[in-house]
Amino acid sequence: MAEAAKDLSTEKVTLDNLDPEEVKARIMAKYPPKVARKRSKQFVINKVGEDGKTPVINANVRTVPGLMGQRGCCYAGCKGVVLGPTRDIINITHGPIGCGFYSWLTRRNQTDPESTPDGHNFMTYCFSTDMQDEEIIFGGEKKLKQAIQEAYDNFKPKAIAVFSTCPVGLIGDDVHSVCREMKEKLGINVFGFSCEGYKGVSQSAGHHIANNGIFKHVVGLDDTIKEGKYRINLLGEYNIGGDAFEIERIFDKCGITQVATYSGNSSIDAFANSHTADLNCIMCHRSINYVAEMMETKFGVPWIKVNFIGAHATAKSLRKIAQYFGEQELIDKVEEVIAEELPEVEAACAEVRPRTEGKRAMLFVGGSRAHHYQELFGELGMKTLSAGYEFGHRDDYEGRKVLPDIKVDADSRNIEELTIEKDPERFNPRISEERKAELEKAGFAFNDYDGMMPEMPDGAMVIDDLSQWETDQLIKIFKPDLFCAGIKEKYTVQKHGIPLKQLHSYDYGGPYAGFKGAINFYHEIDRMVNSRVWEYMKAPWDKNPELAATYACD
Amino acid sequence: MKFAGKTDNYAATQNACNLCSPLGAALVFKGVSNCVPLLHGSQGCSTYIRRYMISHFKEPMDIACSNFGEHTAIFGGGANIKLAIDNIRSQYSPELIGIATTCLSETIGDDVPMFIRSYKEECEDKENLPALVHVSTPSYQGTHMQGFHGAVRALVETLAEAAETGDKPLLNLFPGMVSPSDLRLLKEIAADFGMEPVLIPDYSDTLNGPLWTEYQRIPEGGTTIEAIKSTGGAAASLECGMILAGEPETAGTWLDKKFSVPAHRIGLPIGIRETDKMMDILAEVSGNPIPDKYLGQRGRLLDAMVDGHKHLNGVKAALFGEEDLVAGLAAFCSEIGVIPALCATGGGAGRFEKTIKSVVPERIHRKMEIMEDVDFVTIEKALEKTGVDLLIGHSKGYAMSRRLKTPLLRVGFPVHDRVNGSRTLHLGYRGAQQLFDRIVNKIIEIKQDRSDVGYTYM
Ligand code: SF4
Ligand code: SF4
Repeated sequence: MAEAAKDLSTEKVTLDNLDPEEVKARIMAKYPPKVARKRSKQFVINKVGEDGKTPVINANVRTVPGLMGQRGCCYAGCKGVVLGPTRDIINITHGPIGCGFYSWLTRRNQTDPESTPDGHNFMTYCFSTDMQDEEIIFGGEKKLKQAIQEAYDNFKPKAIAVFSTCPVGLIGDDVHSVCREMKEKLGINVFGFSCEGYKGVSQSAGHHIANNGIFKHVVGLDDTIKEGKYRINLLGEYNIGGDAFEIERIFDKCGITQVATYSGNSSIDAFANSHTADLNCIMCHRSINYVAEMMETKFGVPWIKVNFIGAHATAKSLRKIAQYFGEQELIDKVEEVIAEELPEVEAACAEVRPRTEGKRAMLFVGGSRAHHYQELFGELGMKTLSAGYEFGHRDDYEGRKVLPDIKVDADSRNIEELTIEKDPERFNPRISEERKAELEKAGFAFNDYDGMMPEMPDGAMVIDDLSQWETDQLIKIFKPDLFCAGIKEKYTVQKHGIPLKQLHSYDYGGPYAGFKGAINFYHEIDRMVNSRVWEYMKAPWDKNPELAATYACD
Repeated sequence: MKFAGKTDNYAATQNACNLCSPLGAALVFKGVSNCVPLLHGSQGCSTYIRRYMISHFKEPMDIACSNFGEHTAIFGGGANIKLAIDNIRSQYSPELIGIATTCLSETIGDDVPMFIRSYKEECEDKENLPALVHVSTPSYQGTHMQGFHGAVRALVETLAEAAETGDKPLLNLFPGMVSPSDLRLLKEIAADFGMEPVLIPDYSDTLNGPLWTEYQRIPEGGTTIEAIKSTGGAAASLECGMILAGEPETAGTWLDKKFSVPAHRIGLPIGIRETDKMMDILAEVSGNPIPDKYLGQRGRLLDAMVDGHKHLNGVKAALFGEEDLVAGLAAFCSEIGVIPALCATGGGAGRFEKTIKSVVPERIHRKMEIMEDVDFVTIEKALEKTGVDLLIGHSKGYAMSRRLKTPLLRVGFPVHDRVNGSRTLHLGYRGAQQLFDRIVNKIIEIKQDRSDVGYTYM
């Protein structure tokens, strides 16, 4: 790939020896004009200017009907993503059976029930009101009450949460009043989410609704201060494949205490006193920044962006946390841990890298992983030709600096924004204005995320809400060495003889976070891109020379 | 339609044993050549359903949706469905778009047939218009099986013509929800009888295909529209599924009524008796004797059954899953001497108990528990009391199998924790042979593992 020099506007950028603008034009040409106009704004050729300024990308907009995207619904984001990984809340899906069935233990969030005294773990269960005709016609509140009662009688949980699916919003069930009533009756925390699938444009709306709900109903219920000198929360880490376990291991080694994780390996008790932590560290900005913002306003806990995907990113994030606390003891300890962990990682990388160097990857996943994983590929000497999010917003692409410019469309307007005020008693700014200013002067960024695009090379294609058909076109045109997405894309891409790494479920591998995770990932990618299975794609008797990269879109 | 009141004890469902209707419909549409399924509703359903089927079949699975937003949910999805059809056409140029509804569009009462009519009227290039087939699939009225059979019927009702037949007699085959390997086997059998099978659906290639040497816009394979049209001129229809046979109107009965194509109805041909029945019907319809090949298969199967029988004395199994599959497995179990001590389904057609009793010898009835319209929590409770040696069903039974420490033999759908979901053979003598071998080997394995000595000579 000819790397384009920065800011030489006269020079034509190329991507993998092709003209990315032309590739884009060819793909757009297949769409009806109106669709092409819309997609064009979500399909951007990267160019990083001064201060990390990048082209504008349209994101968080409704998928055009008939285009097969990767996105799920609001309910999936609320129930599946944010609250699913919490083991000791009973999650009841209020709706017909499918929605609950399909979200039943299909994400690979790991959890350790032993770490809470009651040992509750309801993640292997799927509770649903399984609405029938009768409820659709006469309303489902009665059945919902029964379902809550049954769940309580059978399991005696600490909390029950109710998630509404599409039909519920239409038949007009008031899940919140049912929850209030049952909360009173049962004496445990019962709360509901109006996360009907048609709200918003993707899972993202559900994340927001989940954040609001946890904040309203759970955060701040327990003021006990956990022991520990450096107490933080890790936000937006869902413990896929044991990622959170690896990060916990590193934190423990450094002497950093985790009050709560949102929401990998989590318990509702930890959410309840998470406001007592002294710092919020955000992994996946998209899914959880709302809780961090609200916690800061109400309780004075500042937040920073971290990334534990990639060994060097991990080291950088640890240093950032140490710098925030500013205690020499912690700074030294963190350096010691990094010095202890890195050699093994670097040895593994050096062994693998000759076989991965120069390979070309594409990543289309989530609202942060498409960015974070570029770190690991960089460590392997691989290039990212194209990347995009499934449900990211503009700030996840271009950085939070664009927040004031984001236009709120009709789909997002109806997602509630909570008005949060300082807690009169419990607000406690964790860090003085002077110290904050001092840190900022030294280049420390609070409440900031720079986004994915400033870190990508010029000419790379950044594509929001990639469709299945566009996936096929990219594969045909570029024949990348590796494609990263999810299970829905996996088998189509592999039909073309190109390996697909699932970055939602990790292909049942992992962890990939932290130091040990990086080593795992190097080996896994080496195995995938160099597997002999691809050699057999061409049968020995099949003498046809391989068709040159065909350019036509069909 | 399901019975109100999930079980004796519970109103809600914990760990369901059935899936939702549009899934079944989408699967059927994947079995039609050059077809794109379209779910009319919000995008979550189609994403979930795609993902779910992909994790079983491990194949490309494109399902479009009309992507409702809040506005659409209030004002109806007419504009969305038209836009979706336009965009599917521009990307995929399909010959057929199979449209199924979700609970959302059903709840608001969208009139999809009317949308389709007006799309057709307004369409400017009528000669290139793909066939548009609609099936109504509210999940609050049935399971994935209602969606499946409904889509089969919709295809036939929309497309079948009083066609002329070619040289070979045509046989309409409505196999039910079976594996790609099963479909391949059925086609082979029909062809061996000298008949031209029209299988609806036929996803044996689209959902179990080879790697591609060239890009395929829509994976190759499936029953062609021409073939579906010709069902009106077939010599006979063979419809599999005893539960299905209780439906007032099916693809088979419709063709019988409309085009006088005689409908033969059997259970899923699992095991000796039901496969024999199928062979007899095919011999009669085709006028050809049963090919020697099958007599050989049957003979070898019986021989294996006689030889392996000693391991099955007193063995009890619990069967769960889709109604017709469980009925077929129950019949098979009784043939080989395994007691189907518990038969359970999440389906609620209302004919389950009677059907099961009709395929299992009467002396076993009182030792059996038959549970219709139940979830896994209820099944597990019953099993705690009953106690069986083996569970036979799909992957969702794994949690139960783990807690009860009873091995699970995976059959049917969904199987997302093994790699061979789409290759499992259930039907015909060959399917019976494979099932038999798997069951017996599992029992031997259990005995072997539990023995202190560790015999290898069994
Ligand atoms: S709303 Fe209905 S169609 Fe959609 S996933 Fe849920 S049960 Fe299935
Ligand atoms: S019905 Fe709504 S909530 Fe359920 S899966 Fe579909 S989009 Fe999501």
